[in-house]
Amino acid sequence: MSDLPNHYALLLIALAPFITALLAPWVNRFANGVSGWILATVPAAIFLVLATYIGPIADGGTVSFTMSWVESQYFHFPINLSFFVDGLSLIFALLISGIGTFIVTYSGGYLNGHRHQGRFLSFILMFMGSMLGLVLADNIITLFVFWELTSITSFLLIGFNHNKEASRRAAIQALVVTGGGGLLLLFGLLMIFAVSGHSELSTLMMDQNVLRDHPAYLLVLLLVLGGAFTKSAQVPFHFWLPNAMEAPTPVSAYLHSATMVKAGVYLIARMSPVLNDTIYWNTILPIFGGITLLTGAIMALRQTDMKQMLAYTTLGSLGMLVMLLGLSEKVAILAALLFLVAHAFYKGALFMVVGAIDHESGTRDLTEVSGLRAKLPFTFIAAVLAAISMAGFPISLGYFAKEEIYLLFGPENVWSMALVLVALIGNGLMMAVGLAIAIKPFFGKMLETPKSPHEAPLSMYWGPIILGVLGLAAGFYITDVGQIFFAPAATAVYAKLVETHLKLHFDALLIALSVATWVVGGLAFYKLESIRSFLRRVATVWRWGPDQGFDQFMFGLIRLADRVTRLLHHGRLELYLILVFVCLAGALFTPLIMQDALPKLPAFPNLHFYEWSIIAIAAIGLIAVIAAKTRLVAIVSLGIQGFSVAVIFLLFGAPDLGFTQLMVETLSVVILALVMTRLHLDQRDARVLEEAVRDGAIAIVCGFGFVAVLLAVLSVELDTSLSDLFVATSVPIAHGRNIVNVILVDYRALDTLGEITVVMTAGIAILALIGIRLGGPKRGIGAPKKAPKSGAPKRTTPRSKGARA
Amino acid sequence: MNTVIFRTIAPFLAALMILFSVFVLLRGHNEPGGGFIGGLIAASAIAIYGIAAGVNEVRKALVFHPIAVAGLGVFLATLAGFMSLFVDAPFLKGLWLFLELSDGTELALSTPLLFDIGVYFVVVGAISAIALELEEDEETR
Repeated sequence: MSDLPNHYALLLIALAPFITALLAPWVNRFANGVSGWILATVPAAIFLVLATYIGPIADGGTVSFTMSWVESQYFHFPINLSFFVDGLSLIFALLISGIGTFIVTYSGGYLNGHRHQGRFLSFILMFMGSMLGLVLADNIITLFVFWELTSITSFLLIGFNHNKEASRRAAIQALVVTGGGGLLLLFGLLMIFAVSGHSELSTLMMDQNVLRDHPAYLLVLLLVLGGAFTKSAQVPFHFWLPNAMEAPTPVSAYLHSATMVKAGVYLIARMSPVLNDTIYWNTILPIFGGITLLTGAIMALRQTDMKQMLAYTTLGSLGMLVMLLGLSEKVAILAALLFLVAHAFYKGALFMVVGAIDHESGTRDLTEVSGLRAKLPFTFIAAVLAAISMAGFPISLGYFAKEEIYLLFGPENVWSMALVLVALIGNGLMMAVGLAIAIKPFFGKMLETPKSPHEAPLSMYWGPIILGVLGLAAGFYITDVGQIFFAPAATAVYAKLVETHLKLHFDALLIALSVATWVVGGLAFYKLESIRSFLRRVATVWRWGPDQGFDQFMFGLIRLADRVTRLLHHGRLELYLILVFVCLAGALFTPLIMQDALPKLPAFPNLHFYEWSIIAIAAIGLIAVIAAKTRLVAIVSLGIQGFSVAVIFLLFGAPDLGFTQLMVETLSVVILALVMTRLHLDQRDARVLEEAVRDGAIAIVCGFGFVAVLLAVLSVELDTSLSDLFVATSVPIAHGRNIVNVILVDYRALDTLGEITVVMTAGIAILALIGIRLGGPKRGIGAPKKAPKSGAPKRTTPRSKGARA
Repeated sequence: MNTVIFRTIAPFLAALMILFSVFVLLRGHNEPGGGFIGGLIAASAIAIYGIAAGVNEVRKALVFHPIAVAGLGVFLATLAGFMSLFVDAPFLKGLWLFLELSDGTELALSTPLLFDIGVYFVVVGAISAIALELEEDEETR
């Protein structure tokens, strides 16, 4: 689908926010106060670049970029870093970068002087980049990577006030829910590839029935919806969204208007051409969407915190979008897109308004602010403009969105009629919330607020005012806007050419439904107090919800982990060792017995005298280990055996091995002796006879097991092709005559690199363990060493207990 | 164990062992030896010096914490791997540079050598860190 050449601009669009995010803390340090304005130039530039695509895409073209990312000859899965823009991605990308511009400047004002403002700006830019990458992604792996990036960056944003427990909980909750959904999505995307053979969304769209006709369709659908529903907070996964209000307000404004939660909607819209219009799709989506719509709209009325009220209306709006997309009808898709854009405008604006009120007056409780009209005039204008669109008053974009929804109303289809009624109630209730936020804080008597209110800085009100104006202007020029933006987007979702019919028209039925909405909304607004107190009474009775369920789930998970850990990690050292060695014996003997490969005893070897003497010395060492009275003697005696083995290696032409063995033996004797004194182990082995017999038996079985395996290995012809290769090539290509060393540092250097990393990590771990023995880390690595107090408490840890038992 | 004789010869012994360990490290590509064995020898030297002169003395002499030395080793080994970036070769590809010195001897510098030096540092660092930490406690008892 590349009717245009590779557009590197797309790569730049996806990467620019991340690069800017790296620079943001420095920019903030040197341009404190105006850093928001400076950094906002990046999303603004992205917006302008995207705006140049409007023309070609309105003419039915696409813009794409492809770069091979991971190439492999072993599996055929084309992982590309590829992007493409069609009508749908363009609307989303414009919203993300456009609203992003306002959000960045707004953050500059909102968090001005905050200690971590630079960090915040960095997070929000990364988040923007993830969202842009997500909506522009063509390859399904690219899509998934950016999808996960939005989860991670939103985790950082929601948990920004990390010293508040509620923030941390909300952040973890969002991460667990959306991350879990991300896993489902990954599985779903891989299934799509397995079923269709397409790794690029743009080619998948060409092959429309490949998924629908496949037996695995339902599984694919459920997996994709699992990802979309968790991200877009559909009931029953909705609980993380209101909790995410713990984030600073710019985050909420962004998350709720253009990004994060719309990612799920984007995914559903994106997959519509290949997944929609089946009995499952047309049932699951409207039902979940409808329930979410009503839940969100009703719960919104219960709140007095204005941010929470808006959060629940977002929930309702997401439900509306899912419901509309679930109808798989042309009108419904167009309605969804109109509603999406209208919602992005007014919700972004209202969140920023609420943030400004909170910022300037010190409270965002609806019952605590009043009469701010004169104090915050510009904020007030923004609020009114946004509320007009939210309420869907004529010629605003919200009005057309609503009209488009009500076009579905027809007596011939009971199902869509019921859904329109649900939409009507939801619209009405959400309108009441919009009115409440635009009217209550600004009219009436001034109330005493924690801070004396005054107008917010320009950076905080220009965004909402422009968004509010856009919401009205887009409605005013609806015919043109429809052709330029909504027709290409609807075409991408519907997969057939969609001509818009958007114009100012007044149909009696539509007017009647609109009036009904306004009546519902007006009534709810008028009776807001009593509805709220009623809903609160309900809430005191009906306490359990998915939010509590999440806590219980997490608690249960931790309990389970604790149980499993206790079972496996009981702290009795000798039982660990017994388990390890019994398993080892099993692993040694099972394959030999299963394959009937127990080796025959080899012929008696004909060795030289000196070879026999070395073996005799090794045997003496072993006898000394067993006979030793004290542990120290046993350790040293073990060294005798080790040295003998080293000499055997030397005798049989493995000098490197012998050399290493010698050093390892020396050091292990030294370290074992040190450990013994360090851990204050008893000088003597206190095992009773039964234990000695048990341990001895296990040791003997393991020993025979090793001998048997080695004999079995030696009894077959060794494949020397690899060692022949090494011998032949060691000098010519690796310039080394010591093949062992050449293998270590050249042929298998990657293995060695892994091993030395393990050695270093083990070293750190051992230091930490020794530190624990001393009763907590008193010293950091690299710190000057102080001698621990002689009276350091000698705690009996399970380790020494086990060793003594 | 801590006799006068031992205490007197330990510094010399340790110095010789360190020297020997470097020798073993460098000859490793062609003769028995290499970074691992060299590292073990050097670690033994440090352990001996620690037993004789006390851990504080050794830590002072080492300047850096042994674990930092091990970290340097992993860093060097990884660096040796990334050298291949400059010649568009796969990770850890062995690269060689043969220099002719003024007296006619040939000096071979290579990424495997750098890698082996990394291995040496990791082994010295990790093992002497453990040994010193254990010796330290024994001293203070």
